[in-house]
This record gives sequence, C-alpha cells and structure tokens, in this order.
Amino acid sequence: MAEEPVLSVSNLQTVFHTDKETIRAVDGISFDVHEGETVGIVGESGSGKSVTARSIMGIVESPGEVLPGSSINFNGRELTELSDTEYEQLRGSGIGMVFQDPQQSLNPVYTIGNQIREALRINQGLRGAEAREEAINLLEDVAIPDAARRLDEYPHEFSGGMRQRAVIAMMLACDPEFLICDEPTTALDVTIQAQILELLDGLQEERNLSILFITHDMGVIAEIADRVNVMYAGQIIESAPVEDLFANPKHPYTEGLLGAIPGEQADGESLRTIEGDVPTPNEEATYCRFAPRCPEAFDACDAVAPAHVSVGEDPDHTAACLLYPEEQTEEERVSHHRSLGAKSRERPAGDVNE
Amino acid sequence: MSNAIERKQTAASGETLVDVQDLKKYYGGNGFFAPPPVKAVDTVNFEIKRGETFGLVGESGSGKSTLGRTLVRLEQATDGSVSFDGTDITELSGSELKKWRSNAQMVFQDPESSLNDRMTVGEIIREPLDAHGWKTKSERRERVTELLSEVGLREEHYFRYPHQFSGGQRQRIGIARALALEPEFIVLDEPVSALDVSVQAKIITLLEDLQEEFDLTYLFIAHDLSVVRHICDRVAVMYLGKIMEIGDTEELYEDPQNPYTQALLSAIPRPDPTVTIDRITLPGTPPSPRDPPQGCQFSTRCPAKIRPEAYADVPDETWDAVEQLREVIRERSRMSLSATDQMRKRLGRFSRFDDIDETVEDLFEELSVPQAVQDHVQHAVELVKDGEPEEARTYLRDEFGGVCDTTRPDHHQVSASGRESYCHRHDAEYDDVTAVLSKYSDGA
Repeated sequence: MAEEPVLSVSNLQTVFHTDKETIRAVDGISFDVHEGETVGIVGESGSGKSVTARSIMGIVESPGEVLPGSSINFNGRELTELSDTEYEQLRGSGIGMVFQDPQQSLNPVYTIGNQIREALRINQGLRGAEAREEAINLLEDVAIPDAARRLDEYPHEFSGGMRQRAVIAMMLACDPEFLICDEPTTALDVTIQAQILELLDGLQEERNLSILFITHDMGVIAEIADRVNVMYAGQIIESAPVEDLFANPKHPYTEGLLGAIPGEQADGESLRTIEGDVPTPNEEATYCRFAPRCPEAFDACDAVAPAHVSVGEDPDHTAACLLYPEEQTEEERVSHHRSLGAKSRERPAGDVNE
Repeated sequence: MSNAIERKQTAASGETLVDVQDLKKYYGGNGFFAPPPVKAVDTVNFEIKRGETFGLVGESGSGKSTLGRTLVRLEQATDGSVSFDGTDITELSGSELKKWRSNAQMVFQDPESSLNDRMTVGEIIREPLDAHGWKTKSERRERVTELLSEVGLREEHYFRYPHQFSGGQRQRIGIARALALEPEFIVLDEPVSALDVSVQAKIITLLEDLQEEFDLTYLFIAHDLSVVRHICDRVAVMYLGKIMEIGDTEELYEDPQNPYTQALLSAIPRPDPTVTIDRITLPGTPPSPRDPPQGCQFSTRCPAKIRPEAYADVPDETWDAVEQLREVIRERSRMSLSATDQMRKRLGRFSRFDDIDETVEDLFEELSVPQAVQDHVQHAVELVKDGEPEEARTYLRDEFGGVCDTTRPDHHQVSASGRESYCHRHDAEYDDVTAVLSKYSDGA
C-alpha cells in the first residue's frame, strides 16, 4: 500500500439544511481507494452511503452541502475546490457512476446507440461510422449479444439486466479509471445479478479500474469487495479487509447486522435482531450514535465520541467503538478515545484511518 | 435439527388446507385477432398443509405473485381449481365469496403504497372489520388496540397517519390489517423485500410468532432465497409460470435436482468471502411469457439441456455458439417491423437484417464448425436476410432442437419425501442433471 491512493476521502461532511434542523447525512468519514482495488461501503438505508457517492461525484444538490474542511482527493486533485465545468469534465472522463435504477440513467426517447454515441462524441470526439463501430464494441464488451442490432433499440425494449449493461457501456465510453457503483444490482434478479457482478469483475481486470461499491447486501459485498467500510448514521463505524470483517466483526453493529441475515442460522434458530431504529444524525456526534441500540453499551458511550482504533491482528482493521482496544481497562479506553477525539477535532484531515 | 424434524412432523400430520389443481391464469388472448395470451401461471399443481409455511420463489415475471393473488381471489383463475378446506373457491360468488374472504388475507410487498395515506392507522386496521360488519363499534375499536399490541405497535398509534411510520412499522400495520378478521390463511407477497436486513429480521420473527400463536397457514412469496429457506417448511421454485421443483425446503436447498434450482441457488451471493461457489451463471434473460418456448420453459437458458443425438460430437464451444445464434434469432423474430421496413420489404429493398452476417462471424470465428452445422446456419442466415426471422427460428429449432426444445417435460419424483422436479433429465435414458452440471462448472 505504499503507492498513493487513487481516491482519498478525508473528514467528508455532507449536510442537508432543512427548516427544522441540519441533517448530517455524512459526518466526517475518511477512506482510501487504491488502484485496481474494490472498496465496499455497506449500510442500511439512511446510513449515508449514497450521499457519500454523490458527494464524490459532486452531485449533491441544495439544500445539501459539502462542508468546508472536507477533502476528496482524486489522483492529486482536490475535488471539493473544482468549479462546475471542471467537475463536468471529470465526470465525463475520470470517474464514472452506475446507479441503482438503469431506467433513470437512460433517456427513453433516444435509442441506446444514440446515447452511447453521444457519450463517445463528447468524450472522445468520435463521430459517424467510427462512433457506431466503437459503440458496437462497447456493447460487445458488456456482453450484449447481437450488438449491431441492439444499438437501434430503445431502452424499453431492453430487459432490466440489459439496461444496466447498456448504462455500464455508456460509462465505459468515457473511459474512466474510477467507478462508483451505487447499488447496481439491487433492482435485479439473482441470476442477472450474478451476470452483472461477473461483468464488473472482468471489466475491472481488463481496464484496471478502481471501484467504490455501495450496497446494503452483505452477500454481494463479501463477493466483490477487497476492503469494506460499514456505515451507520453518517459515520464509518468499522473498516477492514473483507475476510477479516466477516470472520471477526468487532463493532457490535456489524455483529448485529451479520446475525440478522437469514439462511446462516441452523434451522429453527431465530434471527438476531437489533433493537430500535436507525437514528437521524441531526446533531454533532459527541457520543456513539449506536449506543441507544447497542447491547454492550455502558455509561461513557453516551458522553464520548468513539474514534477509530485498531481492533484486529491486521492493523488495517479499525472500529469506532469504546470497547476497544480490548486489552485496556474501561477507564483507559475511554480516556484514549477522548484524547483521539480531541485530536481529530483540531486536525481533521487524514488521521482517523491511520 | 431436532426442531426441523418437529416442524416436519406437524406439517405431515396437518391435513391439506389449500389444494391447487391445474391452475392457469392467462391475460389477454381472447378474440380472433388478439395476440397470444400471456401465460402468467401455466398449469400449476400443489397443496398447502394446515399450519405450514409454503414458499414460492422465482425471479420477476415467473408468475409467483399472480399465483398468490389468484389463491385469494384477487385474480380470477382462467382454468383449474383452488379448493380451500374442500370448497372450490374459484366458483364462489356474492355473499359466499365475501364470507370466505375473511378467512384468507394478504400482506403486500410495498408498505408505502398498500396503506391509504389519508386514513389513520386505526381506521386502516378497522376497515376489514367494518366491511364485514364485525360485532359492535366499540368492540371493533378494542379489537384494533389489541391487534396493535399484537404486532408490536402501541395503542397511541391508533390516531397517527402512515407517513409518520418507518417502513418496518408500516409493514406491521399491514400485518395487523391482515390479522383483523382472524383468518386461517395469509398470502405474504414479498413482505420483507423492501426492508433493511435488521428490520427484515424483526418482521420475520414477528411473522413466526404470530403463526405459532394463531395457528396460521402462510403462503410466503419471495425472490430472496435465504429468507425463504429460513421461514418455509416446503417450497416451490417457479419459472415462467411453471413449478420447476417443489418439495421440503431443507432438502431442496441441500440437494437441488432441477437445473434451474441449481443455477438459482448457486447465484445467491454468500455473506462469507472465504467461500468459493461453483457458480452456474445463466446466459440471457427469461423469454417473454407471451411467447414461451415450445418445449421446457427453461430450455432457452438451461445449462443441462439435452443435445440431439446427431450432434453429439460437435465441440462444446461450437454448440454454445449455435445456442447463442438461436437466442439472437429468437430476439429478432420478437422485434416488430416498423411501417417503413414493411414497405421496403414489399418493394424488395429490405435491408434491416443484413448485419446478421457480422453477428454470425463474431459467434463462430476461431471455432471448428462441422459442415453439417455450417450448412444449416447458412440457411437460417439466408432466411433472416429475407426478412423471415420467424422461419429461421423454426428452422433452427427443427434442426438443432432436442427433446427439451420440442416436448414439455413431466414432473418426476426425485426423492423419498416426494419432492418433484420438472425436467427431461430425470428420464432414465438421459444423463443425470448433477453429473452434467458438474462437467459444466469444471469446464467454465
């Protein structure tokens, strides 16, 4: 991991202003994505995972706002300082995004070919027969059979899985090096999901793509990610290499989440549930946001904001929880987190993950 | 495991509550000029025992929801019978039907759209009671309060509106409404699909508790196979309106027999990164139910499809290319010609299908293609170029189609417990499914 990460997010804070309150949808998260790596973000609805993706893409709209002090570094460029035009160029060439619903990424009144050719014209300056040829190649790259014919069809003539392939082809027309996938398979059937995951895997290898993969499905994340960040109420609460996370989940929330997946229990055993509901993060985190639902919470959890500490044998496995480091006494742990918290407030960039 | 045995025994000792015989549900297709009907449910047979949870899984478009809706008479069956406790409910009408309805209820997938936003929670849950004139007004109200606590909500929620609740709570409201008239049978149509896993776990637990308390019989419809495995005693796997495999849940998951079930189960991503699954990735998408294959419904995507004797020696890759070409031509025959194309065809200047050459080239390049195969492919290509993809399709089916393409399979019993699978491979004359598929996954 000596080389520079392709994408480095640090202390990202995205808030939404409403009449009543300010919702901290993403509240000070930091993570890196290295070249050719797939980093997963997993969490339930409302955890802020999609807002993270939108913040990186620069498509957070009013009343949303990325707060100053946030840093998104892509290949040495600070994205938070880009102008609208510069961002547009970046979205056209550097970073591509695949959304959950392919229907919304495709214009229903233009043919698939038209839309791919448009992307090719804008980003690679291809026109006419040349563009058509390249569009056919792209559709073949995403394994759409009979590509030449399919080019002249409209989105409604494609099935759900094919539409998602077409969207991926459109994005490949921009030749990105970084891909953000926001629940790209959630709307698809499992056999089609398997096809799309296989496709992404192949494309990643072929083009050396770095991928940020967002999903709520633990099964999908186990399959595709090299590294996983678990989000809860706007914060990353645990971060680990994928094998480590599933073998030794440390944060009580991660444990609860894994226990709630049906099918893994012996027959007849009931599912584990997490009491209560996900809170709306509308105030500064001066406490652990999971504490009210946590089976292992103690008094200090309501008073001290946990910082990321190393929790496993792998130094890259960190969790934000007052139960760690495990070898210390409760008092030591609390003061340890307190001091880390103070430090991170003074110098917000970068040190949370280190 | 002891629990599983216990469950099985109660299921076995329970008598049949719902008996479905040759049920069909078609949409459209009446009248001389109508296009062929959409066969959403196509001759389905099964029974549900009293007190059990019967699962119905399948991908979108497999007809599972339509089947569920037909069982509670939200849809009128086209043919066949559904006998509920001995009464054929497809024949019921008027007051008899209304009386029966209180006994069979439904919980819907989307808690956003299945609750009326202008009614309070109390009114929503009370509505079935009002509609059936259940006891007195104050008793009804009392019943609603009781139901609220039954599903884990509080009394004071009576006067709130649905938008004030989270997805999980809304689903609880839907469940309370279904329980209001004390039904015996509830169809749960994807009740947890729209929920997060931690909320999903709570709703599943609630459903399990309610079943025990009120001796309910469930039909549980889902596309999420792990949820089904958790909650169901027996399960039926559907594809394109047909039951592909049906039997005891645990047995079916441990040792699936039908090629579709095997592929489907292998496609579930496991929440364990250390497991490597021999995944069978199915090609293509399910065909349209308006135009299903003539033979087995699954034949267009089946990895274990039986090859005709005459082509047994064709290399596997070449055969795959042939199957892909057939898929391409099927798709083309589906496309309707635009008005200008039809005009051109009449004038003999038809060019829309010329690019088939390129596709064929892509498919067969670098493959060794026996002369016999080549000739037939060439003939089919000519037909396509003449603007007759439909004929090309039939030609290829007649030439390259095996028993799977031409004949509907039977349901074969595949285990001692009476599990059935819908596949030609269970005929003694063909190789076993598992043997064929293991070859396939090694090769891939």
